[in-house]
Amino acid sequence: MAQVSSIADEKSSTHVSSSKSVLLRISRYNPEHDDSSKFMEFNVSYEKWTTVLEAILEVKKHFDHSVAVRYSCRQATCGSCGMKINGKPKLACFTKISELDSDVVTVEPMNNFPVIRDLAVKFERLFDTHQKVKPYLIRDDTELESDEKEFLQSPKELEQYIQFANCIKCGLCNSACPTMATDSSFVGPQALAQAYRYVADSRDKGKDSRLKIIDESHGIWRCHFAGSCSQVCPKGVDPAMGIQFLRGYLLGFRS
Amino acid sequence: MRESTIMKIHYGTALAAVALVAVHILMRLTQGFAESLEYENVLANYKLIPYAAMLELILILLSVHGFNGLRVILLELRQGRTYEKAVSYGCLAAMIGLIAYGSNTIIRTNMGMV
Repeated sequence: MAQVSSIADEKSSTHVSSSKSVLLRISRYNPEHDDSSKFMEFNVSYEKWTTVLEAILEVKKHFDHSVAVRYSCRQATCGSCGMKINGKPKLACFTKISELDSDVVTVEPMNNFPVIRDLAVKFERLFDTHQKVKPYLIRDDTELESDEKEFLQSPKELEQYIQFANCIKCGLCNSACPTMATDSSFVGPQALAQAYRYVADSRDKGKDSRLKIIDESHGIWRCHFAGSCSQVCPKGVDPAMGIQFLRGYLLGFRS
Repeated sequence: MRESTIMKIHYGTALAAVALVAVHILMRLTQGFAESLEYENVLANYKLIPYAAMLELILILLSVHGFNGLRVILLELRQGRTYEKAVSYGCLAAMIGLIAYGSNTIIRTNMGMV
């Protein structure tokens, strides 16, 4: 009984709310009708834990349901809600308004992607370049043909690539990349990081074919090592480091 | 040629050019900078075969590195098969042209034809 009472006390004590409001500026643009984008402004109240995505959904629910935004998991796993928040590429579901430390929150579609409408962008180029680097294990044998059911790997071998396996294909790295802004044929940091993820995997035997794919005039050599891709990754992947490791293979420093 | 081979040449020419240009500048300084640039002294430098060979090497290294750098910049500015071919062959032609022109100057001066 005493335990029930303490739980009730705890509930009532956590109920205290310090709701503030923020000016949410949403970029509106429909390429089929508009010549340029314009901002619509909404006053949205928020709590310490309110994310930018929740604020946008609040606008959709109460002010303007026509705001276009792509989202799904709301927990930085699906990589759908990438957008520019106060000028920086971030996941809307992984960015709390309180952490932005600003009275104005401006949301825009990601750079270096064609806009479908408002905050939703086309991911075709990202997925095409991702597919181009063969993001799967290449081997002559498979576990179906072999007696062995597993391809064993030591923890040290796993460490070589595991952080790169965390990529959720949200496109923030490509959005932040300065080369992507001018070179429409550039493979991009996301695909290059994934190329490294498989090249560094001890189970993979497709290193040569993968290195050949990225070793072209709009491939790995067009990276200027600005490092902005690594700066914005919400999953802690370091594409810039992967790109330098891949260059090591191509220059003969790594094998 | 594969891009990695081109970039190996690009980095290699940069490193070699830094070393040789350093020697070139040091030689200017050891002679006295203003004095070393006087007409007669410049001609005398060209007539010294090892020094003329070094100048020729610097010319080749900087031309290869510089025009490949220009090619890379232009490729990033615009894309398209025709444009990219024009840029690549244009830079190659300009590189060969500059090396030919510079070599002509070095060889003629070395042989006392200037």
